[in-house]
Amino acid sequence: MNLARSPSSDSPSRLTTGAGSADARLGQGLLRAALHEVFAAVPADSAAAAGFALLLALRASPGRPVFWVRDVRSVREAGRLYAAGLVELGADPDAIILVHADSTRGLLQAAADTVKCAAIGTVVIEPWAQAPEFGLTESRRIAFAAVRSGVTALVVRSGAQPVPSAAETRWAVSAAPSAALAANAPGHPAFDISLLRHRGGIAGFDARVEWDRDCRAFRDAPLSRAVPAVPVVGARATQLRRAA
Amino acid sequence: MLVEKAGGTMRVAAVDASAAALGIAAGLTLTDARARIPDLVAVAHDPAADLALLEWLADACDRYSPMVATDPPRGVVIDITGCVHPFGDEAGLAADLRRRVERHGLSPAIALADTPDAANALAAFGGEAVSALPVAALRVDGEIHQALRRAGLKTIASLARRPRGPLAARFGVATTTALERLLGEADVRITPRRHPPEIEVETRFAEPVAMTDTVLATLDALMRRAAAALSDRSRGGRRFEAALFRSDGHVARLGIDTGQPTRDAGILARLFRERIDTLADPLDPGFGYDLIRLAVPVTEPLVAHQLQLDGGAVADAELAALIDRLTIRLGRGRVRRFRAGDGHVPEQAAFDLPSIDPAAPVAWHTPEPGEPPLRPLHLFDPPQRIEAIAEVPDGPPFRFRWRRVLHEVRRAEGPERIAAEWWRHRRSAGLTRDYYRVEDQAGRRFWVFRHGLYGVERAVPEWYLHGLFA
Repeated sequence: MNLARSPSSDSPSRLTTGAGSADARLGQGLLRAALHEVFAAVPADSAAAAGFALLLALRASPGRPVFWVRDVRSVREAGRLYAAGLVELGADPDAIILVHADSTRGLLQAAADTVKCAAIGTVVIEPWAQAPEFGLTESRRIAFAAVRSGVTALVVRSGAQPVPSAAETRWAVSAAPSAALAANAPGHPAFDISLLRHRGGIAGFDARVEWDRDCRAFRDAPLSRAVPAVPVVGARATQLRRAA
Repeated sequence: MLVEKAGGTMRVAAVDASAAALGIAAGLTLTDARARIPDLVAVAHDPAADLALLEWLADACDRYSPMVATDPPRGVVIDITGCVHPFGDEAGLAADLRRRVERHGLSPAIALADTPDAANALAAFGGEAVSALPVAALRVDGEIHQALRRAGLKTIASLARRPRGPLAARFGVATTTALERLLGEADVRITPRRHPPEIEVETRFAEPVAMTDTVLATLDALMRRAAAALSDRSRGGRRFEAALFRSDGHVARLGIDTGQPTRDAGILARLFRERIDTLADPLDPGFGYDLIRLAVPVTEPLVAHQLQLDGGAVADAELAALIDRLTIRLGRGRVRRFRAGDGHVPEQAAFDLPSIDPAAPVAWHTPEPGEPPLRPLHLFDPPQRIEAIAEVPDGPPFRFRWRRVLHEVRRAEGPERIAAEWWRHRRSAGLTRDYYRVEDQAGRRFWVFRHGLYGVERAVPEWYLHGLFA
């Protein structure tokens, strides 16, 4: 059965996606007070990766402020966050605070400060491109701060290769064809997610999930039609996993 | 000697003491002056630099009184009412001012008087008493000045003795007004360059301090005093300004803004440290600061809060402190919140503004249950040009090319027609846009529009990509 209707906070320290298949693989869900990485499978999937991270943030901290720390270069490249679109995904724009940084260094400093603040729910960190300054040390610093303050830290990367990091999990996300509505209209947002790495040793898996705004939860994408090939397979996925 | 161009010839604008001794006066043409003294040193007159120097001087004079005004081209007026006690008396203050200004190689004419006009006149013409000044001290225009002199009225004293009515009738109201101002009969105030802040605390040092730690410790102490003053009035500050007066006259000003009214000295101290750390050119104490002042120009009511048991107020305070800290470190426009706009053109319907600016909460539109998202997560501003092919001229695109990648449209919905705001800009409202939500072969969802109605507004409309859906 679809587990989407189950309350999002089964365990206060765990975060579930709501989609039955993914949650079954993840066991009790993702650690809330931890660092998670969301990679766009290819640079063109940046909106899908940002969307998935936003939706995870909504699941992780309902009713608490979300800080979105962006590099201004990614604002120029991928467009600005649009409040009307946030509302359409079920987010409250008043609870989201944008922080723009000029450089990766400024971004990391702002991110480190934000993650320390226990009053907020989630921090989404979006560096630009590869951002070589964002190495293992920096990610470890953010991960430790997240554990201490209980804040969920999500790193969204597009156009970047995974490097060793202190992240609890690493995901690759790409857009998936949606289930068409009447008159062949594009349907609810659908994502192909694949778990590339899990610190707890959970094996990687691929899943196709769809966002249900009204329940604020993911659900398994309906399989009423033939599922086309999942984009993140083959050479690219192997490469991502090796780097992990 | 300074020269400036006036009416096609170079004229002498100002002279120094040695040139004056040689008989050169302002108003002479440069050729005449050169004919008299061939090896004159002439420098082009730079009024902007003069004004900048005057502003700098006025800044430095802030140490004496909050009421400082510039009187271009060459005057600074300071209202020292109630400000003389650190210097003993008025003469002591004037001596201190003279000493500081002369250190920079300037030769000030300083005068003390009851009104700004009288002080100006005394500084310009010298002397001790206003009554002994010539009528030129009234600063009336040439014609009236001439008339006064013809009537045998040479000094202010001779004017002051006469009844004002006939004077006004003969020489104009401007003359009697100027006279009253000069004599202190009219109550004249200066317009200070800075509005005196509601709360101001300062510390003077007998010996200038150059150690950053001492400066910070002094600022901390000042902040505690300002916080106590704010607490007495049940107010909190939204803006705090520290002014560090260097002994050589330079003034460094540091300002911090807070998102919520506050009077917590600890938070303020942290914010000031943050501000000092992020200065583009670090503080240079030089020979040291001899006066440090903290002003609170913007305050708002702030009543004492009782702590809530669930810690809500504490969390709010932490959040506000975090926003303030990030704003100071990254800059005012870098920490932003979303605001709903008044307009239905997509890029104006919602935007983000600096979080520190006050704004009323808005009601966001609630999406229909069961509908997919109709607005994109990422919006391009301005929209990006794409090459699109539609099966029918006014239908959805069939395929399009964006950033050199070809996208085959598999699903599409639309059009959602959004007209330009013709009721606001009658002529230049722009074109109607037909928006489509489209999904390509890889499942990526885009928000594209056709700019202009086919065949009506445009023969061949252009296509734009406006946003990306999650």
